[in-house]
Amino acid sequence: MDEIDRAIINTLQDGFPICAYPFAVVATQLGITEDDLLQRLKTMQEKKIMTRFGPLFHAERLGGAISLVAMRIAEKDFDTVAEQVNAHSEVAHNYQREHEFNMWFVLATATEQQLQDALQSIERKTGYPVYNMPKLEEYYLKLRFIV
Amino acid sequence: MTSAASMADIDNIDHALIIASQAGLPLTPDPYKYLAEKLDISASEVMQRLQAMQERGIIRRIGLVPNHYTLGYTHNGMSVWDVPDERIHILGPKLGTLPFVSHCYRRPRYLPDWPYNLFAMVHGRSRAETDAQVAEILQLLGDEVRAYDVLYSTRILKKTGLRLTNNKG
Repeated sequence: MDEIDRAIINTLQDGFPICAYPFAVVATQLGITEDDLLQRLKTMQEKKIMTRFGPLFHAERLGGAISLVAMRIAEKDFDTVAEQVNAHSEVAHNYQREHEFNMWFVLATATEQQLQDALQSIERKTGYPVYNMPKLEEYYLKLRFIV
Repeated sequence: MTSAASMADIDNIDHALIIASQAGLPLTPDPYKYLAEKLDISASEVMQRLQAMQERGIIRRIGLVPNHYTLGYTHNGMSVWDVPDERIHILGPKLGTLPFVSHCYRRPRYLPDWPYNLFAMVHGRSRAETDAQVAEILQLLGDEVRAYDVLYSTRILKKTGLRLTNNKG
């Protein structure tokens, strides 16, 4: 990664023009060619320097339901429960964390009812209680990460 | 938190546009034309609809999402704080001003097991760096903190990302 790559990452976190040839507009802004910009972005994608490029949606405003859920699982049951939880397609990501509450996952569904159903299904299949912790208030969400 | 009204604002074409673009835009000179061809509408309609969704806040922004891990930010800690409910609306935005906090939300408590109502994710290149960040938050919140903890991730068990599906349920 050189200075131009850094400039690309920082600039493209501020937004992206909506016009016929948006990469050409951004390239001019950066003082490089459109072709160079596209090549560099492709390389960044291959090297997994960027996770994605495109619209970032406001999940709640799409009308779906989304929540963070915690569980406290005994060490001996952890892998089995992880499998049972992950088998639910509503589970978007799931992390093990170093704590008594050792499993944390995000549930995303089209409706609130589906979210409640998924929570019930997880409790039934695992035999463990779930702690549903939906976002009650958003104070800050970082959209830029300067490199 | 979710409302039927906001869903009603998204018509079928918007919905199809979201499905077609949520995995990302193609890295080609005319990415909106690609979406237009996929949806069988004009490129100018794609652009108008994206613009409108951006103005309505359905799209937070269009752009690049860097990979924290590849860029060296391998340590993420979920810091959780028990602060007075009547002060949280002042304290939450304060944490958001810190450069290393990526998101900051209020979530419900489950007393007595889970007393924390304020969540702030911190990112650093080492455990020492994230520990220092948590210390900075502690200093910022001062006497308002009744209890706190930091939960470091030890394993990713699943990561598929959020995806809107065609099934509206």
